[in-house]
Amino acid sequence: MDLFLQNIVNALQWGSFYALIALGYSMVYSILMLFNFAHGDIFMVGAYIGFGIATGLLALAAMAGLPVPGWLVLVLTIIISMFLTSFVGIFIERVGYRPLREAPRASAAITGLMIGIILETGNLALLGARRLSFPSLIDTVTFQIGSVYVTNKKIFIVAVSLSLMFGLHLFIQKTKWGMAMRAMSYDFQAVPLMGVSINKLAPLTFAIGSGLAAAAGILYGLAYPVLDPYMGILLGWKAFVAAILGGRGSILGAALAGFLLGFIEIFAAWIFPSTFRDLIAYSIILLILTFRPHGFFGQAHSTQLRL
Amino acid sequence: MALLRVDNMTHYFGGLRAVHNYNLVLEPGHITGLIGPNGAGKTTVFNLITGIHTPTEGNVEIEGHNLIGHRPHEIASMGIGRTFQNLLLWRHMNVVEHVKMACYSQLEYGLLDAFFGTRRCRREEKRITAKAMHLLETFNVADYSSRLISNLPYGAQRRVEMARAMATNPKVLLLDEPTAGMTPDELNRMIDIIRKIHRDFEVAILMIEHRLKFVMELCEKIQTLVFGEVIAEGTPTEIQNNPEVIEAYLGKEDVT
Repeated sequence: MDLFLQNIVNALQWGSFYALIALGYSMVYSILMLFNFAHGDIFMVGAYIGFGIATGLLALAAMAGLPVPGWLVLVLTIIISMFLTSFVGIFIERVGYRPLREAPRASAAITGLMIGIILETGNLALLGARRLSFPSLIDTVTFQIGSVYVTNKKIFIVAVSLSLMFGLHLFIQKTKWGMAMRAMSYDFQAVPLMGVSINKLAPLTFAIGSGLAAAAGILYGLAYPVLDPYMGILLGWKAFVAAILGGRGSILGAALAGFLLGFIEIFAAWIFPSTFRDLIAYSIILLILTFRPHGFFGQAHSTQLRL
Repeated sequence: MALLRVDNMTHYFGGLRAVHNYNLVLEPGHITGLIGPNGAGKTTVFNLITGIHTPTEGNVEIEGHNLIGHRPHEIASMGIGRTFQNLLLWRHMNVVEHVKMACYSQLEYGLLDAFFGTRRCRREEKRITAKAMHLLETFNVADYSSRLISNLPYGAQRRVEMARAMATNPKVLLLDEPTAGMTPDELNRMIDIIRKIHRDFEVAILMIEHRLKFVMELCEKIQTLVFGEVIAEGTPTEIQNNPEVIEAYLGKEDVT
């Protein structure tokens, strides 16, 4: 029982990463009907930008001789990195996807894969093959609740993730851009005729998705402080699975499926030998998709594309 | 000056000629009907005017401004509103949001306003909600305002779609088969609604319609499109008695 509760705590943290990344896949899909396969690598870039900002801020504080508290550096790092990474997303949309908007979807998907490789190898060329270790900005404090151990970092990670998701929810439900994004996800033909410019809405969507991926990258660095250029691949693919499982284009579905994926993985590793983790976890998901091919909140989409 | 003017518009899909030498002069306050058998290219004409496709040849002007090469959202803001044959509503959004969505470019606040929830943002949202509610009342669907669109009766969905089209403040309204799938009862109601729009909003209308009775009742001028070409144009009476139109609709009369 104790282990069960302990695993729930771990699954919440693990699921947070998937959920934050999956949201980016889903948002872009809902308005452009394409999966941005470079999204996992945007997560990686976000983590590296976070690394740069955090070390920069720490160096600055040391130089000025100011005793800047770690949590302040962490919060600033998250905000600045989200802002900067969103421009990476905007740039990718402008250069990679916009010229292919009328092209077959397969070409756009391939573009995503290529952009991903460029980001990975670009990073490799720029920073070399050595792994970087993410600065530990706050000291780990472990609380014991009953017989369950919770660290302050875990609480922080889950709390930040949930707040960002809530913020996104408000944005989607309450603002005109959110309204346009929702409309696009049901039918994109009528939306431009309401005076909505897709060339403004698409970059905004990429920016938000990339910002969330950057937040995920920094939170990930906080929990697993080793960065390497290929860290976004597997995590990106798994978050993509979550986006599909949640239902293509469904924001709520992506978040829930992200957490579900976290739970399945953590519990698979608990019950079975840990080398079996992904084998078991993804067999379960395959089974779910067999019975629910549109995912949890998916809908049959019209397949023609005109913007 | 004509409100909407189309000159020699031709469009090819690959090798297929969908529209050939289409011309239209729509004066302010006029209602013109576009009839023709299935696949004649009527909806393509709408898609060309609204910028969803760019015509291969020809010219489209509204109030003297050229529309060719402009993107759909720009053309919409230049004063062309439209409805769709198969509605194109947003299934899981509620009724009032449909109309608010059409006021997108009239909602004047920025990202920072939204982020900090400024008074300007709240005021704009309130103003547009009021406008949307007013339009819903005009189309007798205000009672449904907070319901999901997919839960509305079909006739009411059509009226919401018209309210949505009118929310963009169009000067020209393109109606694509406003009576498709309607019962005779709903049909008569639709005639009243179109008359009302025409009168109250002072909008010029171009409508695609299959039901001749409906077109005859509302339009001053009718064009008949067959295989992408206008084969006859005139008043309802002229069209009704035109042998070519009769042939296109009913087949050749066999006089033996």
